[in-house]
Amino acid sequence: MISDGALALDPLVVGVIVAMTLVTVLTKLGGFWLLRRIEVSERLEAGLSVLPGAIVIAILGPELAAGGPAEWSAAGVVVLVMWRTENILLSLCGGIGAVVLFRALG
Amino acid sequence: MTKLDGSNADRTHSEHTGEPSDGPVGDPQATAAEGKPITFDREGIRAGFLTCLPIALGVGGYGVAFGMLARRAGLSVAEATLMSATVIAGAAQIVAVELWAEPLPVATIVLTTLAVNLRYSLMGAALGPWLERLSPRQSYGSLLVMADENWALTMRELKSGSNRGAFLLGTGIAIWCCWVGATIIGATAGGVIGDPARYGIDFVLAAVFVALAVELWEGHSTLVPWLVALVTAIVAAALVPGEWYILLGGLAAATVEVIRHD
Repeated sequence: MISDGALALDPLVVGVIVAMTLVTVLTKLGGFWLLRRIEVSERLEAGLSVLPGAIVIAILGPELAAGGPAEWSAAGVVVLVMWRTENILLSLCGGIGAVVLFRALG
Repeated sequence: MTKLDGSNADRTHSEHTGEPSDGPVGDPQATAAEGKPITFDREGIRAGFLTCLPIALGVGGYGVAFGMLARRAGLSVAEATLMSATVIAGAAQIVAVELWAEPLPVATIVLTTLAVNLRYSLMGAALGPWLERLSPRQSYGSLLVMADENWALTMRELKSGSNRGAFLLGTGIAIWCCWVGATIIGATAGGVIGDPARYGIDFVLAAVFVALAVELWEGHSTLVPWLVALVTAIVAAALVPGEWYILLGGLAAATVEVIRHD
């Protein structure tokens, strides 16, 4: 621990960050390391290729289900802006603006 | 962020079956680039850095959001910055600080980080045909700074027949600088801002993932696995304690896809 406040480094927190770093490095390096050594069937590859989107949906589903009409409508705004512009920053600003607006109305 | 075209389901599975030398996730176009010697030099790093800079500035938007969320979750500016500098995985970090609580759910945070980042193993593998032509130090070193955005840019660059092996590293350096810098800004400002719901900051995570989902949508083939992931996650979130629903949703979708594949 250095000090309290902005520069504080709690040993447990640093430990969690180190563990997060290790598992992330494992995923970043592991796929390349593993797949150059084993032959992956097309079937398995097809399964693996849906993982990123499926995980995004798995995070999003319960998160949105716990929200209300304001969050659902704002999510719709993000989809619309993203679909039309493919601009992440614009979509985020639109979504956050929309959720603030819809919450104020609701 | 740009289209994550490397993970597209329309990747031609049939064409590389006859070429085991191309690697398991070989791409037909990689064979064309096979002839050219791959480079790893300052010019490649520079080209990657400059190409990625506008996108990296956009990533800074997430960085500011992450810094604010981290500060609100109770992390110090130093801890938030350390996490951004070493983990370098936007979605996982934002999810992790959402899980931050007293006492710290260490196992849940680390396992969820693993689950959210499992996609990196696929993305790294997709770069395999080019990376395996570099030295281990160059390829594994570049993979350390791989994130969604610079992976997509690198995929595009290398598929177009480029031989700049250092492109991933250059784009990654741009992402790293903006990500860490933005975290410091967000974490510093985050201590000042009051109720996050008033500014819609609590919606940032959902908005980020909605935008990501739009980018990952690949048409009709995506519908079934996503519905499976959605239903599994919602049911599991209600029945299973912790954040296991994320991993369960992803695995259920992958399993169904493996069974469905023909």
